[in-house]
Amino acid sequence: MIFAGVLAGGIGSRMGNYTIPKQFLLINDRPIIAHVIDKFIVHNYIDYVITGVNPDWYRYMLDIKEKYYKGVDKLVIVPGGSDRNSTINSIVEQTKKMSGSPDDILVTHDAVRPFITLKMISENIDAAIKYGVCDTVIPATDTIVYSENKEYITDIPLRSNTYQGQTPQSFKVKLFEEVYSSMTDDELKIVTDACKMFMLKGHKVHLVEGNVSNIKITYPYDYKIAQIMMENLQDDMFTV
Amino acid sequence: MICLQYKLVKPFVIETFFNDVKLEGTSHLIVRPEKLSICKADMRYYFGMRDAEVLQQRLPMALIHEACGRVMYDPTGKYKSGDKVVLLPNIPGEDEFYDENYRLDSVFRSSRADGFMQELLRIRHAQVVPYRPDLPDEVMSFTEFISVGVHAVNSFGKISHERREHIGVWGDGSLAYVICCVLKSLYPDTKITVIGLNPGKLQYFNFADEILTVNQVEKKAKFDHTFECVGGAGSGAAVDQMIDTLKPQGTIMLLGVSEEHVPINTRMVLEKGLTLLGRSRSGREDFEQAVSLIENDEAFLGRMKYLVSAAIDIESINDISKAFETAKTADFKVVLSWNT
Repeated sequence: MIFAGVLAGGIGSRMGNYTIPKQFLLINDRPIIAHVIDKFIVHNYIDYVITGVNPDWYRYMLDIKEKYYKGVDKLVIVPGGSDRNSTINSIVEQTKKMSGSPDDILVTHDAVRPFITLKMISENIDAAIKYGVCDTVIPATDTIVYSENKEYITDIPLRSNTYQGQTPQSFKVKLFEEVYSSMTDDELKIVTDACKMFMLKGHKVHLVEGNVSNIKITYPYDYKIAQIMMENLQDDMFTV
Repeated sequence: MICLQYKLVKPFVIETFFNDVKLEGTSHLIVRPEKLSICKADMRYYFGMRDAEVLQQRLPMALIHEACGRVMYDPTGKYKSGDKVVLLPNIPGEDEFYDENYRLDSVFRSSRADGFMQELLRIRHAQVVPYRPDLPDEVMSFTEFISVGVHAVNSFGKISHERREHIGVWGDGSLAYVICCVLKSLYPDTKITVIGLNPGKLQYFNFADEILTVNQVEKKAKFDHTFECVGGAGSGAAVDQMIDTLKPQGTIMLLGVSEEHVPINTRMVLEKGLTLLGRSRSGREDFEQAVSLIENDEAFLGRMKYLVSAAIDIESINDISKAFETAKTADFKVVLSWNT
């Protein structure tokens, strides 16, 4: 089976005055996370959409499901863990209950990247089937500066070799289990990115082309940008 | 959900926009356009051949009104996810006295509403016609175009007198080809003569009974009825030849679009008692009949395949520009494999 894992473990500490986690803020009268879930629900390769949500906001998410997805069997909500990888692990555990096939694929995506396209999802699924694990990236436009002590530059990598990581990140569920279970507690504390975890354990992570519009809504500024991107919506005469 | 749209903002310039495609409600289904076909009308927008005022009024607008796609989500369960459907570009207006496609309040895509250059569409069930998955998507993409031919031939059947032994079709483009194919299927005993300019394109009409270039047309009455599929600057000359070569009380089916006013020899129209009938768009029944022809008439389907002059993978805006440039010189239809 092919699962989508929507990662909504965050509690939005960087969103300025808003006290509600950013994935629940509205764009065009719909929670950002619902825009994300919609895309995976309509994608015909995806069998189930499992949303891993911060346990404190589990009830709130269930109410979103009740309000926006009445009768939609494809959506499952699970309480997430304390960090990103443990939330993915909660989703993985849920996939095992629902399928447990060695061929299962999980496409994980940030709940705060609502501009994801069907094309990105399809290419992630293809790459995960073919290569085992993949990451969605765009070529870096700013020069990336690397500093180990926050004071001086340690390195400036060649720009043509640098990319900005987005999501989805996708992989075979079985591979994730192998990798996750071999991580030590110390490793888990430092490694917050799923693809980094795969690399640490010697797996090659394939690149999938993202899109500059696939922005992550992290700061109030991003939220503003997202709203501007959706401005001037005309009423579609075909849907009224 | 937030979905991409590709809109023409001014001639030659396409930009991405976002649209909110709503999932809720049971009145609509969600469809992903998969193969799109370029029509001359789209080209007139893209290359800026419409009046400045019209462009000013209608742009930005997503182009393309010929497409087939895949059902992604149907809350009513009538269609399964993955079902193939032809997409209808019009919403009929309310006054049922008139045919649905001619009502003044009808809305047509890539004309007064956004066309199919979109990631996903939310549309009504009445705006899709399902088709068998083994049929070639490239051909299905221009079902709308075929349905216009079906509509024209059906109208012709209702209005023209019943002596239909010999029909002349003017034009050597996609429209003339479709008209000839539909006539061949629906009026198999009628003799068809094609009159065109381009000998290379005319070779594709080998199933017709007679092929002439315009300068080979003799000025004598031989046709019971004629179809004008020329349009543009050639419309007037074509109609002149039709008037000259029609037998009394014949029908001229006017199908070619012209931006210019076309002078017509009304004296001879009156003298011969001719009927001039314009047809351009089609309705749901025409779509269903077009799909049925493709599904059940092997010769018709076989001929439709020759209309696909180029199929272009669309991954970016540059690819869209390439497709329009290709359409300028292609013999017939250019199909876009929509993968954006």
